[in-house]
Amino acid sequence: MADFNVNLRGVGSVSVIDVKGYLDAHTAPELENMFSKLIVDKQFKVVVNFDQLNYISSAGLGVFMAFVEQMRDNQGDIKFSNMNDSVYNIFDLLGFPVLYEFYKDEKEAVNKFSILG
Amino acid sequence: MSSPELKFPLELSVKSSTDNLSVVRNFIKSTALSLGYSNATVGNIILAVDEACTNIIKHAYKYSPAGDIDIELNLSTNKFIITILNSGIEFDPNLIPEPDIKEYYKQRRIGGLGMYLMKKMMDEVIYSKNKNRNQVKMVKYLP
Repeated sequence: MADFNVNLRGVGSVSVIDVKGYLDAHTAPELENMFSKLIVDKQFKVVVNFDQLNYISSAGLGVFMAFVEQMRDNQGDIKFSNMNDSVYNIFDLLGFPVLYEFYKDEKEAVNKFSILG
Repeated sequence: MSSPELKFPLELSVKSSTDNLSVVRNFIKSTALSLGYSNATVGNIILAVDEACTNIIKHAYKYSPAGDIDIELNLSTNKFIITILNSGIEFDPNLIPEPDIKEYYKQRRIGGLGMYLMKKMMDEVIYSKNKNRNQVKMVKYLP
């Protein structure tokens, strides 16, 4: 059984999603539900903290592609932080750094939203 | 120190439920580790097999969990060979274009990423038919 956990925290006006464990085609719907809920609640500024994520497949990456435009259309974004090298490599291989911002540290990613207002 | 010798071929059969992806990953992980690959390469092989099985669940069986996925692991002189068979809808890999993330972004379309990763992670990826079943054979050269 895939071990995956998703948790939501508010840091100022920013929603921080902590992902933990294994994000694959089986567990990606949990993350999708979280993003759908944020959209219903009109929370468009999102940082995803990958500190405790061990594994991601393309099904997981697809979730970020599916929701990012809606966030950006509403003056928000999806930014990434605290990613380990093996997970970052997958994002990198698929060209994500061209379209998404990656930060070493969550605070840096959160601050980026406040600087822009 | 001697490790117990694995007897190839090794086989695993699972139903086409996404629940089983972690079962498949664990099966691949233990075998690949015993062949002496680095952790990073083991991770790449695991991802390639996950993507292949995810594609089968999604496209060949359209998320019906009743289909069969049969995985066979073999060794040749310098190759670790992973063969995955399914009896679902046939799929023509030539119809899947190389993904371009900017295009995907514009079109809000997701897909094709799995196959791209499989090709990146493995040395060979070959789609074919085997006794009326669909077969994907993936090869990683031994370390």
